[in-house]
Amino acid sequence: MNAHFYPLGDQAVTIEFGDSINEESHQNIRKLAAFFDENPPGWLIEYIPAFASLTLFYNPLFIRKQQKHTLPYEWVVGEIKALLPTLTHKRANSSRTIEIPVCYGQKYGPDLAHVAERNDLSEEEVIHLHTNGDYLVYMIGFAPGFPYLGGMDKRIQAPRKPDPRLRIPAGSVGIAGEQTGVYPLETPGGWQLIGQTPLRLFRPEDASPSLLKAGDRIRFVEISEREFLRLKEES
Amino acid sequence: MIHIQKAGLLTTVQDLGRFGFKKHGVVTSGAMDQEAHLISNWLVGNNPNTPTLEITLMGPVIEFQEDALIAICGGNLSPLIEGDAVECWKPIFVRKGTELRFGRPASGFRAYLAIGGGFNIPSIMDSASTYMRAQIGGYEGRPLEDGDRLSVDRKSPSSESLFNVLKEKADRKNFHASNWSVSEELRSRNNDPIRVIKGREFDQFTDVSQDAFTNEPFTIDSKSDRMGYRLNGQKLKWESDSEMISSAVSIGTIQVPSDGNPILLLADSQTTGGYPRMAHVITADLPKIAQMKPGEDIHFQIVSHEEAQQLYLQRQNLLRHLELGIRTKTG
Repeated sequence: MNAHFYPLGDQAVTIEFGDSINEESHQNIRKLAAFFDENPPGWLIEYIPAFASLTLFYNPLFIRKQQKHTLPYEWVVGEIKALLPTLTHKRANSSRTIEIPVCYGQKYGPDLAHVAERNDLSEEEVIHLHTNGDYLVYMIGFAPGFPYLGGMDKRIQAPRKPDPRLRIPAGSVGIAGEQTGVYPLETPGGWQLIGQTPLRLFRPEDASPSLLKAGDRIRFVEISEREFLRLKEES
Repeated sequence: MIHIQKAGLLTTVQDLGRFGFKKHGVVTSGAMDQEAHLISNWLVGNNPNTPTLEITLMGPVIEFQEDALIAICGGNLSPLIEGDAVECWKPIFVRKGTELRFGRPASGFRAYLAIGGGFNIPSIMDSASTYMRAQIGGYEGRPLEDGDRLSVDRKSPSSESLFNVLKEKADRKNFHASNWSVSEELRSRNNDPIRVIKGREFDQFTDVSQDAFTNEPFTIDSKSDRMGYRLNGQKLKWESDSEMISSAVSIGTIQVPSDGNPILLLADSQTTGGYPRMAHVITADLPKIAQMKPGEDIHFQIVSHEEAQQLYLQRQNLLRHLELGIRTKTG
């Protein structure tokens, strides 16, 4: 694994696997994260997977107590450099595929018509292309449980709204440029909204509070308004 | 039970923060001035992660509905008990029925109120810290409001013994403070520049911007909050052919959006970002940042990454000695 290290402040190290968004870097990040999930070292506080990097937050005091001579940062980098070659031939755990039910259009997706119009498509075609995509969760960030997804069909892209909405309901499914995503919390935002899911993406009471995690595969599934209301009731 | 008669400008329940959930996009939260928070807890015999009240500039009015052991650390927001000025950085016995309020802020921006036993706040994702944006943690996921009531947990043995000593000395008075306090060395906030280490994209900023960053002051904008301080000064220009790919950010990260005005990320900052990173404030200087208010100027000084880690370890060593010193006083 080709990796580049840099300090993120004085309590974290970012390990970069290349400088572009691609599946190979993503697989390396997953292998390393999976290793830490299975063997959490005492010096590791937590990690954040991103598009092309994994950031480790470590405890410098813990490391200093183990050994006095090496700077905590250098010591962590040494550990990771020794670890990476042992992971090269490991296979990443297989991905989970999670279905996200979406009620498209109407009041749930007020911008569906706009997205269709600017791409010379019918609303049904936009829904078809959106539900046919095979999406990969590269990272969770921006807000709790918010997935950064790769894999949207470019034929349904649409730029952000010039005047962001002050309130976007939780569960809204939107498009911004070549990206699609789901808002876990009610927030302001400029995405073009094409639908809404009744699923709760952020569940603070759960041990794993984000429904999705980096490495998951996603399929959007169209549901009726009736189904939406029923699932919303249940969740 | 303590009764919040007036909530003040922004009073929230905080502990050391929420760890282990950043990969879910959950921010760290926690006390902005971590040192003042943990020292206030030590002073009343609490574990350092016990929730305290983070009080911002204009303090609350609090009625103690039971006898209590308290300590107030951090900024000096002029605490008054029954109208009498009380000192910060020391444990104080407060009698049932007594009122604590705050006068005109004297220095700093945030004060921490710890109470022996700690406020009884349910833990969510392993922390009592208020995460305002997600409306979870702390007191019902929000800042305190007029009329709120907080109950107090059972005191630790050392908290109990200090409480008894001070209560006895109080005799019939409404309150009594210890005759010792935290040393000046640990509570002083000097006017030295804020130390930073270079960020990943520092070298990609123009030479003029790199010079301006350390030679010119940056003013904290009024639109600053616990998520971050917006800074106004010379606009910083980033020039690069490569595109930024979103990755992790940290408390202390100074990122620069395309308008050129830097943002210093703080306790409630999001977990990832896609703006170029000019620098990171060193951890040892974050408590100083937490005590700076909108309108104040920040001067930055670059130190090496190695120095930043050494300064952190030295500071922790100093705090460790303080903790041991307090323990010998509280028994």
